[in-house]
Parts: sequence; structure tokens; C-alpha cells
Amino acid sequence: MTDVRFVSARRAAPPAPAPRPGELFAAFLWVGLSGFGGVLPFARRMLVEKRAWLGEAEFAESLALCQTLPGPNIVNLTIVVGARFAGPAGAFAALMGLVAAPVAIVLVLAALYGRYGGVGRIPAMIAALGAAAAGLVAATAARMAWPIVRRAPVSAAPFMLLAFAGVGVMRWPLAWVLLALAPLAIAVAWRWRR
Amino acid sequence: MKGLGETLGALAIQFCGLSLVAFGGANAVIPEIQRQSVGLHHWMSDREFAALFAIAQAAPGPNFMISTLVGWKAAGLAGALVATAAMCAPSCLLTFWVVKLWDRYRDAPLRHAVGAGLAPVAVGLVASSAWLLSRAADLQWRLAAVTVVTALAAYLSKLNPLWWLAAAAALGLSGVLG
Repeated sequence: MTDVRFVSARRAAPPAPAPRPGELFAAFLWVGLSGFGGVLPFARRMLVEKRAWLGEAEFAESLALCQTLPGPNIVNLTIVVGARFAGPAGAFAALMGLVAAPVAIVLVLAALYGRYGGVGRIPAMIAALGAAAAGLVAATAARMAWPIVRRAPVSAAPFMLLAFAGVGVMRWPLAWVLLALAPLAIAVAWRWRR
Repeated sequence: MKGLGETLGALAIQFCGLSLVAFGGANAVIPEIQRQSVGLHHWMSDREFAALFAIAQAAPGPNFMISTLVGWKAAGLAGALVATAAMCAPSCLLTFWVVKLWDRYRDAPLRHAVGAGLAPVAVGLVASSAWLLSRAADLQWRLAAVTVVTALAAYLSKLNPLWWLAAAAALGLSGVLG
């Protein structure tokens, strides 16, 4: 319960009551059903804009934690958010909300695709969906980047470029990039605060 | 052909291991999933793997579901459930444990510096995903245009992103994207 109080106290007014497991399940069910080829834009929209369960900074911070840990990032995010608001039951409810429906749907789609995947313009539709999904991820990156660029253009923004250069352009293994960048970024953030 | 129990065991071992090394999410371990499923266990051909990956991308939901489809291909519904659970459970337990520590030290200055330091790195990684996804998806200039227009539209408006996906799907079906 202490966790809940901390989170509520930090959130901008007016503080919404901490969600219960049932609400977490329902909210992440919507997220899971919305995202194509990655649900991050939808998770951000639900958590920050629609329900205001997390502030912009809290979301970026939680996501950073999830990306530092191994495993599917968005799955880790359900655990972080669920556990923070409603303990183990909340974590389990959020996780089940996220995965149950998509797993059922993807199995149905796999069966359908086996039969009709090459028919007519279905391949063109899937290609267009993939292109649009990439654009949504780019928009998410831009929305996350803007507050950081404004708040800390010198101490934080360069680490965005370095992470992008290492993982996106050079295609270096993520573990190496994180091992090199994370301690440096944390040290700079630490110095900047004092 | 091996027995069902043996295949389910192999799926559990494969995806439990991948769950704990998937730094940066499921897309980081796609090459390793392919190597094990096609080369090591012979559950499918390269072509079948590519098709399953496309379906996982096109379906709603998180992008780790390639593991669900590999399990399904290897051992039916039981395989799908075992692979999905194995891909999620180890990293979830780890995350659950770490986040409790994380929140306990919420007001510690060092923890704040960790959060503030990692946030821009995370943004760079999301940008990397966008870049790599668009390079995989944008096989010709019309598809690249779809990516750019979708990015701008989603950035500039607060409309549900599903509308942009629906518009792209409609364009694809109409045939104007070639």
C-alpha cells in the first residue's frame, strides 16, 4: 500500500484513485487489442493521456526500467504498472489483460493466413499495415523526446542520439550499448542534479 | 517426429532462456528464435518462419507473439501456450522483483539520477525500433510515404492511432500502393 501512496502523491492534481486489478485488466485488454506490430504507442496513450495513471516523466522512467531488463518491454511494463498499483494480483491482471486476447487472435489469424494469405490484395494490405506501424513508433519516439530536449538539452539529449546511433545505425548488440551508455548517462544525470 | 512431451519441454527451455536474454524486447531475439526453431529443431522451414513472423507483426498485440506461433507450429495449441508462458514468465518474475526495489528507493537521489539518466537512452532505443521497423517495412517509396505520413499524423493529432492503421490498411487494399 505504501507504493500506492507514493505514486498518488507524485502525480499531478487531481490525483485519480489507484486502479484495481479489474481496471488494470480492462485497460490493458484495450491496449493489447489496439496495437499492431507493437503496442507501445497505445500503452503510452492509455497510461499518460487517457487514464493519467502515469505522468510523462514517470512513463519514460518506467519504460527505461523495462527496456533495461530482459524480456518483451511492453510485458514488463504491465508488471511494473500492475505491481505498483495493486501488487502481485495487479501485475497478473495487467499481464493477462495484455496477452490473452492477442494470443487467441494471432492463432486464428495464423490459421486464416495459411488459407488466404496470398489471395488478392491481402499481402499489400499487410505491407501497408507494417509501414504505418513503423510510423506510429516514430511518433512515439518524438513525443517522448520533446520534453527531454526541452528540460535537459545538454545533459540528457545527447544520450538519445548515442543510443540511436549505437543500436539503430550501427546495430551493435543492445547489451553492449546499455553497458556503455547507462552508467555514463546516470553519472551525468547525477552530476547535473547537484 | 518426437513425442509431444519432448517437444513441449524443448519449447519451454528455448523460450525461458530467450526471455532472460531478450534485452531490448522480443525483436532482439528473432534471429536466435529462427536459428533454434528452423536449424536446431526443424519445426519449420525458413519460409514458414518468415510467414509466421509477418502474421505476428500484422496481428494486434505485443510483438513477442512470434513465440506463440512457433509453439503452435511445433506442437499445436499446447505448444502455443507453453511457448507464450515461457517467453513471459522468467522476465516477468525478474521485473516484479526489481520494481519492488525500485519503488522502495523512490525518493533516493541516486534512484532519481538512474531514472533521469535512463530516460533519454530509452528514447534513443524507441527511435532505433522505429528506424529498423521502417527499414524492414518500407520496401518501396509508397510504403515509406505511408510511414512518414503516419508518423506526422500521429505526432500532430491526439486521435486514436488505430484510425491511421485503418487508413493504411484501406490504402493497401485499394491497390494504390502497388
